Amino acid sequence: MEQNTRKKKKLNIVFIYLLFLCLLLAGTVLAVCVGKYSVSPGESIYILASRLFGLPCEKPEMMQSVVMGLRVPRILASVVVGAALSMSGAAYQGIFKNPLVSPEFLGVSSGACIGAAAAILLSLTTVFISLFAFIGGVAAVLLTVSIPALIKNRSNIVLVLSGIIVGSALSSVFGFIKYIADPETQLASITYWTMGSFSYIKLSELLVILAVIAVPALILILMSWWIDVLSLGEDEAHSLGANVKLVRGIAIACSTLLTAGSVCIAGTIGWVGLIIPHFGRMLVGPSNRRLIPICGLVGGLFMLIVDTLTRTIGIEEMPVSILTGIIGAPFYCWLLFRQRRTLS
Amino acid sequence: MSVLYDIRNLSFSYPSLGRKVLDGVSLEISEGEVVSVLGRNGAGKSTLMNCMLGLLKPQSGEVLLCGKDLRNMTEREVASVAGYVPQIHTPAFGYTVFDFVQMGCASRIGLFSHPGRREHDDTAVALSEMGIEQLVDRPYTELSGGERQLATIARAIVTHPRIVLFDEPTAHLDFGNQLRVLRRIKRLAGKGFAVVITTHNPDHAMLLGGRAAILDRQGQLVSGRTDDIITEDSLKSVYGSDLMLKYVEEFGRKVCVYPNL
Repeated sequence: MEQNTRKKKKLNIVFIYLLFLCLLLAGTVLAVCVGKYSVSPGESIYILASRLFGLPCEKPEMMQSVVMGLRVPRILASVVVGAALSMSGAAYQGIFKNPLVSPEFLGVSSGACIGAAAAILLSLTTVFISLFAFIGGVAAVLLTVSIPALIKNRSNIVLVLSGIIVGSALSSVFGFIKYIADPETQLASITYWTMGSFSYIKLSELLVILAVIAVPALILILMSWWIDVLSLGEDEAHSLGANVKLVRGIAIACSTLLTAGSVCIAGTIGWVGLIIPHFGRMLVGPSNRRLIPICGLVGGLFMLIVDTLTRTIGIEEMPVSILTGIIGAPFYCWLLFRQRRTLS
Repeated sequence: MSVLYDIRNLSFSYPSLGRKVLDGVSLEISEGEVVSVLGRNGAGKSTLMNCMLGLLKPQSGEVLLCGKDLRNMTEREVASVAGYVPQIHTPAFGYTVFDFVQMGCASRIGLFSHPGRREHDDTAVALSEMGIEQLVDRPYTELSGGERQLATIARAIVTHPRIVLFDEPTAHLDFGNQLRVLRRIKRLAGKGFAVVITTHNPDHAMLLGGRAAILDRQGQLVSGRTDDIITEDSLKSVYGSDLMLKYVEEFGRKVCVYPNL
């Protein structure tokens, strides 16, 4: 009987995976269709399929360029960013054994903001803005993890405090850059960049960043069981035979690459990395073996919906972070309400 | 009988604390032995255990595990010989009891792989050895203290280490659960596991039998047969109050009682 219920549970989880995979695929096709220039689902599938298999396409040029040139890259980007932020959020929460942690807290976002702002200040092109943001994000995390090494105390709490120190120092630097930026042009682009947007995506750039994101995502999935072990606490993980430094180092590196990669596609986007892992735990339980992959699917779907909303509601396009905040805050409140008994 | 732990002249002090917590501690533990470590609050019982696990690095002296210097062993090698049952605490995530116990297999799992069929089966065996099969699907965070302790013991014995270290296994448990846990520990000893426990209760040491060790405020450790080590005099010097040992014929052993308040 016990075997039976276990099998049933496994089936349930497979069903949840399939469900969200189907939702994501259906959502992608739907998102291609909606917008100022509407395309029917049949037409969009036809155009996608003909491009994918290199067949001739008989649809109007205009429709093809809207679908392939504008919507597909943007949709791909939003799915990838949502997935990456959610997976790295889940991993960070496991590593720091704290469900209230989000991918930003080791300083990735503040570092990326400075990188991007510096590039805007130097009037560099969008490719460099992305590149600078990526470098800034990774550099900030390196700075955060080097403080515990310097003071020779590598416990989690020191790392968290070090994240706070680096985060607030960097936000001062960021403030300074905004202060000296030209308020007419540069300041506006900096502000717009920090609120996140998928509107400037080019397919060629996206493919490069996709590679930067795919590898760490795969590594995180492969080592997801070890994140469970790590979440028991350093000493306990050590006593169970885990090489804590190595496991934590790889997991932090991968999560950082995921976040930094996302930030350079779309700017800083709040909330996603914090709430999707919670939602994922409600679906498949806390074990990271099941959680990290489902976060990829759910996060991708969530970001797809949010981005589609930003470009369809209203006349002007809205920055993504505004919507994630509006959706995220009440959602998080509801999650807290659901989990009020288990949170001490 | 082969020696598992050979602790030689171990000294340890925390940088923030002036005095030595452990001062020239030596202790030998052989296959299948039961050793209870007594000492007052803050005497360094947990510190000793952490040194034995390699979680803390002693300033001088050495710990040999199966003849190998602990400093030259990987976490994995230590974990495959010595299982550890930490004090009860609440983890951040409510893993199912099954997943929680299965984490005891970590010393056998590669960095980029997951537990497989063999780990699954071993976990089921460990759960039934602890008599908690019915808890498999419950979140660990929702268990009672006693159940949690049994799950943690199951986790420590999944891979069948040769020795299990318990850090105050009866702390925070009610009377009934204390007994249940002690019974499980005694049964483990009967199956050939060597056992080390730290405890605040001299009765627990006498219930388990075997050897006892007392760690005093100066960081010195004396060890020997439980009957020789636990005496009214030694109890007075450890706990600073008069305790009595009475022989109870029904049980065939001594019990520790408090005089009137």
